[in-house]
Amino acid sequence: MASNSSSAQQRLRIIAGHLQKRPEEENASVAAQECKAEAPRSEPSSATPVPRRRQEIMKWNGWGYSDSRFLFNKKGQAEFTGKRYRLSGLILPSLKDWFEGTFGANLQHRSPATPSLNLSAVAPPHLNQPFVEDLKAAGLSVSHDPEDRVFRAHGHCLHEVFALREGRIGRVPDVVVWPSCHNDVEKIVELACKHNVCLIPYGGGTSVSSALECPREETRSIVSLDTSQMNRILWIDEKNLTAHVEAGIIGQDLERQLNERGYCTGHEPDSMEFSSLGGWVATRASGMKKNIYGNIEDLVVHIKMVTPRGVIEKSCLGPRMSTGPDIHHFILGSEGTLGVVTEVTLKIRPVPEYQKYGSVVFPNFQQGVACLREVARQRCAPASIRLMDNEQFQFGHALKPQVSSIFTSFLDGLKKFYITKFKGFDPHHLCVATLLFEGDRGKVLQHEKQVYDIAAKFGGLAAGEDNGQRGYMLTFVIAYLRDLGMDYYVIGESFETSVPWDRVLDLCRNVKERIVRECKERGVQFPPLSTCRVTQTYDAGACVYFYFAFNYRGLSDPVHIYEQVEHAAREEILANGGSLSHHHGVGKLRKEWMKASVSGVGLGMLKSVKEYVDPQNIFGNGNLL
Amino acid sequence: MLQFYSWVLCNCECNCNVLQLKNKSLFSSYNGSSLHPMLKKRDDFEDILEERRRSSDLRYALRCYTPTLYRGLVPCKASMLKSIVLQSDHLQYVIKQVSSESGESTEGVSEEASLILDEMAHCLQLSTIRFFAFTLSKAFKRLFRSVCVNEEGIQRLQQAVQEHPVVLLPSHRSYMDFLMMSYLLYTYDLPLPVIAAGMDFMSMKFVGEMLRMSGAFFIRRSFGGDKLYWAVFSEYVKTMLRNGYAPIEFFLEGTRSRTCKSLTPKTGLLNIVMEPFFKGELFDVNLVPVSISYERILEESLYARELLGIPKPKESTSGLLKARRVLSEDYGSMYVYFGHPVSVRSLAEGKINRSQYNLLPRYIPQKPSADTHEFLSDAAFRLVRIQEENMVLKPWVLIATLLLQNPDGLDLSSLAEQTDWLRHLALAFGAFLDWPDHEACSEVVSCSLALHRHLLSVSAGHVQLSVTDVPQVETTPEEAVFHQAVVVLSCASYRNQILHVFLRPALLAMAMQSANSNRKDDVYNGFNFLRKVFSNEFILCPGDSVQDFEEACYLLMKRGVLQVLEHEIVMSASGHSTLAFLSGRGVAVFSDHKRLILLRFEMSIFCFLCAFVIMASGRLKCYEALSSDLQKNALAAFLRLKAVRKVKV
Repeated sequence: MASNSSSAQQRLRIIAGHLQKRPEEENASVAAQECKAEAPRSEPSSATPVPRRRQEIMKWNGWGYSDSRFLFNKKGQAEFTGKRYRLSGLILPSLKDWFEGTFGANLQHRSPATPSLNLSAVAPPHLNQPFVEDLKAAGLSVSHDPEDRVFRAHGHCLHEVFALREGRIGRVPDVVVWPSCHNDVEKIVELACKHNVCLIPYGGGTSVSSALECPREETRSIVSLDTSQMNRILWIDEKNLTAHVEAGIIGQDLERQLNERGYCTGHEPDSMEFSSLGGWVATRASGMKKNIYGNIEDLVVHIKMVTPRGVIEKSCLGPRMSTGPDIHHFILGSEGTLGVVTEVTLKIRPVPEYQKYGSVVFPNFQQGVACLREVARQRCAPASIRLMDNEQFQFGHALKPQVSSIFTSFLDGLKKFYITKFKGFDPHHLCVATLLFEGDRGKVLQHEKQVYDIAAKFGGLAAGEDNGQRGYMLTFVIAYLRDLGMDYYVIGESFETSVPWDRVLDLCRNVKERIVRECKERGVQFPPLSTCRVTQTYDAGACVYFYFAFNYRGLSDPVHIYEQVEHAAREEILANGGSLSHHHGVGKLRKEWMKASVSGVGLGMLKSVKEYVDPQNIFGNGNLL
Repeated sequence: MLQFYSWVLCNCECNCNVLQLKNKSLFSSYNGSSLHPMLKKRDDFEDILEERRRSSDLRYALRCYTPTLYRGLVPCKASMLKSIVLQSDHLQYVIKQVSSESGESTEGVSEEASLILDEMAHCLQLSTIRFFAFTLSKAFKRLFRSVCVNEEGIQRLQQAVQEHPVVLLPSHRSYMDFLMMSYLLYTYDLPLPVIAAGMDFMSMKFVGEMLRMSGAFFIRRSFGGDKLYWAVFSEYVKTMLRNGYAPIEFFLEGTRSRTCKSLTPKTGLLNIVMEPFFKGELFDVNLVPVSISYERILEESLYARELLGIPKPKESTSGLLKARRVLSEDYGSMYVYFGHPVSVRSLAEGKINRSQYNLLPRYIPQKPSADTHEFLSDAAFRLVRIQEENMVLKPWVLIATLLLQNPDGLDLSSLAEQTDWLRHLALAFGAFLDWPDHEACSEVVSCSLALHRHLLSVSAGHVQLSVTDVPQVETTPEEAVFHQAVVVLSCASYRNQILHVFLRPALLAMAMQSANSNRKDDVYNGFNFLRKVFSNEFILCPGDSVQDFEEACYLLMKRGVLQVLEHEIVMSASGHSTLAFLSGRGVAVFSDHKRLILLRFEMSIFCFLCAFVIMASGRLKCYEALSSDLQKNALAAFLRLKAVRKVKV
């Protein structure tokens, strides 16, 4: 089918699209001189994708690019603005009904955000003058502009964004510094130790664990170390299929630049448009195609990190070593508490010849999970396989763009008739798995057949590529949708866990129910949206992702209620045998459960590492421990 | 000597108790805790027999039955249920384990498991239910004047049944209990329960099978070490619960209480029904305590005889047929009170760390941990207390209490007067008393006396407990004592129904009497000691001594009997009669203990026989001391307090 390859290309085009639309700016010239000589550049420096003044292309109080947002137009129809995405410029006719029906929201009741940052609300910087002067003397680019500082004071937790929308600004970093290379970072860390300031590494800013929040008790000057200018691919080794990359590079740029050379890493976390390589390493990120390429810990061959004690790295690029506990594992997931990851050697793969989306409809969630389990047992999971529950399936449906031809809508009707009437699927129970296959054409087709055969054993019906692709699109636009919700009294968030196979169903049911119940008990007026999907399969279990949102009209402190409910949901997860986090990390949000999660001894081990590496607590973001 | 012993015991504990008191600062707050029973609002009753007396029983038995169902129901038939149980991971695991331990083949063990299940499983059939609906309607109408149910409780149950799997926990005073439960649920269009019943019934020809078809499943009385049996049994119950197959019904007390006092609850089955929640297999389980009370118990004199050592007649169909003469008697009213559903989730909140189940595959059986054990027993006690609180008490209960305290009898007028006084005391302590409106007290009393005339002799306005229907010819002194004891014990079974109302204040009154000071600490220590002595006798939650003490203080203070000062408890001038009554009632039981212990020292082995002889020779006046239940409890208490020890003979 011709559409197969075209949709594959479409996806690449989405990503490529971001680049072309980006206003080209002044920011190319700053990099410190010595770096340039260090290695042959694989890209001209003009391609620097993330400007230092990020607020010029990105929202200061919401998700993503300023030009892309959902809104309800004058006719009350939802549309997505901008030109970056596949959905951009399209009308989504059923979103309004879904939105109003699901949340009891009303387009008349708006809760708009403060339009612009009130600079007077930002506390004046608490500068460590000698430190700043030393930085400047070293030729580093520094700013204490309030906009720059506010932008780096938050991640994308609900409470963070909510506060920004209301114009409430808490403690923000006092200085932002942009190193251009490893040596710059070494210098900054050295100066930070010398002048005793607090360093908070900042990559893509997509954290959802309060990891970027400045600790309230911090009395020293706080310096945000923005890695965005360390974004070069330093070399590509085609013999060993590795690439050596600076850690500030963001996912879409890394992928695009490697694609141009015929390679990819295959690491595609949902935040890949904005999140950075260093951030992935520091949080133990997971990509949607991990079934082929592995998670970040499987992808890294070598990591270089600057700590207050000096630089930590391995001496060779051997693919595996038995040299005591793997020091990489002190770095992976350290969440910026030990140092700054500056350079990473990653495995790369040739760009797959062929990509194909797919989807399967199951009569209910139980059958779907059973199918995923079987797929995992046979170790034949496609690049990505995800199972959405019924609520999420309907959510996905609400994002269907207006169909142009009567024929398509007729065809849709027919499909629906076939599934619900002929096959007897209950539209309130059915759920859908989305699939993405990758590889060479013949193998993909063979693989596809194998997976569909397994699905058929669990009552699954193939439901077309379109549904599959829309499922993946949902993950890229969900964060934009949250901003839309917040314009109309709806707040929400997602959180995740990993859990053994035999507990997946129980955990999903109990957590969803707990959310509904907690909302009710706390006076939320309308039943919340409480939905989940299984997003990754492993030999011994799965990763489960929850979306949770509710209408907060009539509540005096919605964020507090939201946090209480999320807290309860996390307790429920832990009580049902789920982990504290699969890939979001711990940050400050989930710190209270660390000891219970890894035992007192485990926590002590981590603490003693921190104590050795960073006795002055220079990397004092307060995450994890 | 004994007194000395017990006070030594008590004093040893004083020191630590004082510490405990200070820590909990229990005297500081009496701020209207919701625990106090008199603040509870109770629902009104409807008589379901009224409708039965008006319309056709046959039509009723054949009416359309469409129960409200659990929303997470996994529909399956009784036969399917068996195969689900047999194929469950849990059972398969245990089968393999047993087979490797015993060397038997897995097929053999599986076969055995299948046989156990066949012996155990119910096969609920609507047709049998309809048959029972018809026959029981007829029977109930003859036996009872009314069968009263709180319909609000039914509505709550209806709600609860839809939300989460339900476990029904009725009190157990009579064989009638579970028949009545199923009958009521049928009447109100609720799903019919499956009932854990003792194996004894199965030996009844035909009837056993009938019960099986009406939803009873049979468990052996003891299977302590039998892993396979336990696995089949627990998996069977859990499967029904998880699938929402039907409400599970069982008796926390394990068996019928012969004395009408609530029995110390058993936790085995409670653990089984809670485990699916602990392990996350269910979001929640609703426990519904049900209090069933009888104005007159069908098994009244049978129980008394049993307590005196005559073995329980074996359950048999012919026995049942012989017992049909009970149909000709008047058993007054019966009350069924469906309590508020108790969510296991909220019970366990903060007490059970469910992650303790994370590290072992859930199908591998796990012995409950120490804190789970504690939780289970605590929960069980609480549930039984809820049952107690919702038991309806009839005026006769008050009269029986007074008659037992006055073995020489009372004049009708003074009986009426004292009953009225006691009624107000009971109400103040939160008793759930069903006292007819707008009727003179004397009338109420004579009405009650009429219903229970077989236990009384009334002559010339003087009422006394006595044997009436025994042939006067040639009774040996032993027989006379026996007959009198039957009457006393039957009567005591009514008094026992109200004991839970007076229990805590009575313990306090006794503690005050025996303490030589008014110091609160001293009184508390005495109270605590008594609590320990009586913990086999009454429902006293092990960890609740402070709360119980507070409650007792509160009740007596409210009644104006006591003044609780910061460090002292002082008796008020007006409180004399109440205290005298309370300590008197306590002493009735308490002195038995003391006497019994003397007896035990005197007659190490044939205690019962000797007691009987002593009694016959008129040396001991207290017939209740003959109750095997009391003796058993006393012995257990003494063993527990290390006042006596077991010696193998």
